Amino acid sequence: MLLSCTDVRKTFGPNVVLDNLSLDVDEHEVVALIGASGSGKSTLLRCVNLLTEIDDGVVRLDGEDITDPRVDADLVRQKIGLVFQSYNLFPHMTVLDNITLAPVRVHKRPVPEARSQAMEWLDRVGLADKSGSYPDRLSGGQQQRVAIVRALVNSPRLLLLDEVTSALDPELVGEVLTMIRELKGEGMTMVLATHEMGFARQVADRVAFLDSGRVLEQGPPEQVLGEPVEARTRQFLARIIEAGRL
Amino acid sequence: MSSDTTPRPHQPSTVQRERIAYRRKRAIRSTLLAALSTAVVGLLLYLGVTGSPGWERVKASFFDWDIAVKALTGRDNYPSILSGLWLNIRLMVICTACALALGLLIAILRTLRGPVTFPVRALATTYTYSFRGLPLIIVIYLFAFGIPGLRLQGTPSVTVLGAAAIVVTYGAYLAEVFRAGIESVHPSQVAAARSLGLSYRRTMRHVVLPQAIRRVTPPLLNDTVALQKDVGLISLAGPIDAIRAAQINQAGTANFTPYVVAGVLFVLLALPLIGVTDWVTLRAARRQNAGN
Ligand SMILES: Nc1ncnc2c1ncn2[C@@H]1O[C@H](COP(=O)(O)OP(=O)(O)OP(=O)(O)O)[C@@H](O)[C@H]1O
Ligand SMILES: [Mg+2]
Repeated sequence: MLLSCTDVRKTFGPNVVLDNLSLDVDEHEVVALIGASGSGKSTLLRCVNLLTEIDDGVVRLDGEDITDPRVDADLVRQKIGLVFQSYNLFPHMTVLDNITLAPVRVHKRPVPEARSQAMEWLDRVGLADKSGSYPDRLSGGQQQRVAIVRALVNSPRLLLLDEVTSALDPELVGEVLTMIRELKGEGMTMVLATHEMGFARQVADRVAFLDSGRVLEQGPPEQVLGEPVEARTRQFLARIIEAGRL
Repeated sequence: MSSDTTPRPHQPSTVQRERIAYRRKRAIRSTLLAALSTAVVGLLLYLGVTGSPGWERVKASFFDWDIAVKALTGRDNYPSILSGLWLNIRLMVICTACALALGLLIAILRTLRGPVTFPVRALATTYTYSFRGLPLIIVIYLFAFGIPGLRLQGTPSVTVLGAAAIVVTYGAYLAEVFRAGIESVHPSQVAAARSLGLSYRRTMRHVVLPQAIRRVTPPLLNDTVALQKDVGLISLAGPIDAIRAAQINQAGTANFTPYVVAGVLFVLLALPLIGVTDWVTLRAARRQNAGN
């Protein structure tokens, strides 16, 4: 097991966002987190990346308790890539500099090597001609792909993706989807939060439905999305179908 | 992936040509109007001042050419304003550099979190609060006359102490400008940097500070212009800078022209930096408009 969250609790004041949540992710597995807005999907990803401190429970990566305060959080984050819902590219750096920042400054790779690796990735995702551009000159889909590449060049053991398609139009969703399918083919372990059930169905090995701060139901996409057991899951999916997003 | 459309040669239509002609005509008319109104205001000011009953006396005691030349070059054993100015220039460069460094350091200290750094943070906060409120003249007196009064070994000269007073006072202002810049960088930028494994220091150095400093460059430069001018206050502590030289000249000749000379020189010194400030501000505004 690569990632294992056990009884994770997270509160913001009186608001209990994660309530003894448990979730395990195997190596090479792709897990989709679904759930209503505000159900804590982003919060869970931030907790796993140690950007947010949990209030109780244990998160293990490769068996190591990464929520132990004696653990160096910077070292843990080097093994976990996180792609944000709003891209969060660095606006004062070119695309190439955004991508090579961590390889050069954190992993101490020589600049030419880091650059050529970044160029290979940009070429793969069809953005080689944008390497010198600043992020505000790119479209949403292009920024999203740069953000994914920026996380990937650190060769993370685990990639966390937060609604990577929510800001994109259907055509751009296709671009990002293709990229994620390729990563899956290469054996990347991924946890992705999403509102797109079609997306979850296409790439996920397992779908986990978050409700009231815990994983209420999980299983293969056909089962959870097709014939859910829990009433809450059925309600949620019914609303999604109403909104035409299945 | 995204294919740029190649620009075809384009003939403007009649409507567009007419619009261009109209805009050009309007631009010419407003330029002429501006020139005319400037000339009228200038003429009225000139007539008003030179026509006033006391103008001849003011002219003699503030705008005497001979005295100006003497004060500037330091003939007749008076100190030269020009050589005093050299002291001002050196002080401007050194004080600006030190005040910027001090301000940045204090701003960074004030952003630290956690109980361990509380004393440092409290000290930095107290410093910015008190020195922004304290008039520079008082700080200069305290430093230049108070510190030597302690009779400590190795007390630096009044010039150095006066410069330190300027650095400490302006450091407090600049610290607040830097801090405003740091706080204007969205937390998601820090989150993105930390998620890549960058430490707090590297995040500050490569992600937060470059964006923060770029954003506050216009106000920083503005405060730097004010610092340059206030370097003249060091004359209160005694060293013979341009203003002190002007004062000695004025005392000797009973004529205020040396002050006017020193004032003009200060304006000339500030012009380049003011120009740079305007240019940077304009560029920042343009860039903001160019972005989405
Ligand atoms: N920094 C914070 N301070 C206070 N409350 C927070 C904070 N971050 C998140 N929350 C709260 O935690 C809850 C879960 O938020 P979260 O962003 O994890 O939801 P989500 O499932 O990702 O929703 P969405 O699908 O809309 O992205 C929300 O009620 C939110 O208001
Ligand atoms: Mg979210």
